[in-house]
Amino acid sequence: MLTIQKIHKSFANLEVLKGVDLSVDKGDVIAILGPSGSGKTTLLRCMNFLEKADAGTMIFDGEEIELGHIKKKDILRLRQKTAFVFQNYNLFRNKTALGNVMEGLVVARKMPKEKAGAIAMEMLEKVGMVERKDHYPHQLSGGQQQRVAIARALATNPEIIYFDEPTSALDPELIGEVLSVIRKLAEEGMTMIVVTHEISFARNVANKVIFMEDGKVLEASDAKSFFSNPKEERTRTFLNTILQERDV
Amino acid sequence: MSERLMHILADSFMKILVPGLQMTIPLTVLSFAFALVIAVVVAMIQFANVPVLKQIARIYIWIIRGTPLLVQLFVVFFGLPNLGVLIEPFPAAVIVFALNTGAYDAETIRAALESVPKGQLEAGYCVGMSYLQIMWHIILPQAFRTAFPTLSNSLIALVKDTSLAANITCVEMFMATQRIVARTYEALALYLEVAFIYLMFCTILTWLQAYGEKKLNIYD
Repeated sequence: MLTIQKIHKSFANLEVLKGVDLSVDKGDVIAILGPSGSGKTTLLRCMNFLEKADAGTMIFDGEEIELGHIKKKDILRLRQKTAFVFQNYNLFRNKTALGNVMEGLVVARKMPKEKAGAIAMEMLEKVGMVERKDHYPHQLSGGQQQRVAIARALATNPEIIYFDEPTSALDPELIGEVLSVIRKLAEEGMTMIVVTHEISFARNVANKVIFMEDGKVLEASDAKSFFSNPKEERTRTFLNTILQERDV
Repeated sequence: MSERLMHILADSFMKILVPGLQMTIPLTVLSFAFALVIAVVVAMIQFANVPVLKQIARIYIWIIRGTPLLVQLFVVFFGLPNLGVLIEPFPAAVIVFALNTGAYDAETIRAALESVPKGQLEAGYCVGMSYLQIMWHIILPQAFRTAFPTLSNSLIALVKDTSLAANITCVEMFMATQRIVARTYEALALYLEVAFIYLMFCTILTWLQAYGEKKLNIYD
């Protein structure tokens, strides 16, 4: 469904992505793991054109796109096939929960308000936020805001949803409610790429895992063999460190 | 207070208030409406970093903020006729007040736009909106809320600045007062009276500002 080849990205003199490949099939849940500064988030942002990649190819539904020379019009069109969930939610602060979910439908897709409202309610139902539909973002907890953000991502019926560390900004007791929503989406067959530090979530929900370090993919395999039998020494140390930290 | 003075003050109240309603208020409202349009456009040009237009916007703000309002009025009303451009007092005043207030308000709105977190723009992109759609539906409404108290300030300042239009023969409240003073020689009482009427106008605006801020405070 979606393939990325040899994506490169530098900020000033710092090369953040050094030729990353990635392949996504329909229904995949791909967890991207790796230490801070490994380029995980930048990869995700380049895939949704929030950052402009310097070079690389994207093949999306059979359409080949040169990432270094993409036009604004194509960006707008491709983005309408995807959705993005941010680490710090980024709900529209001047819109209610319902308004946040409707905005992409009404403004970007010119959908009539009644129809958009019905879809939005359905999505809020899915994430368990119907009761709070008239609340503004500042009246919601972090976990609730992130669930609304997921509903907003779902509303536009994307082919793929990118999650950029969706639980990293949350209080520990709020992480579960967000992860369980993402897990439910995985069970429904939604295609997702999740940058995360939640190892157990990656282990239980993802079917593929990618381990990144220093702007490169170090290891990419199905989730089972990644956790039970990591090929790379570096992956093993990373997993050990993280799992030990959990025990402390 | 002498009976004569009481009589003059009572008699002149309507003679000052009527030009206030017929001239000062329309002058303020029209100028401020145009000023806001100018300010939003100039602020957005700078915010979006549009080449060439951005430089023009900076020069406009530099000149307007660096020269006295009274001089600007004289240039347009008394100066431009030398180039064959004759403008009636009222439209001349509206043009100058709109350009002047617009320059200050543009800076207010630009600062407010920059105070909106970058994530709001990115979230808009990610639900498929275009730059202008995001500006109109997401960024500008949030910026307007931030800018509202400062914009209210500039509106109140404008009400009082319209008194300068007396110098280019606009018969607004201040000129109406000057004429009565010229007849009665009661300068202190009459100038205090017109000051009181300006104060009334501005008090109403202050109430409206408080009401507007309350309305805008529904989100954060």
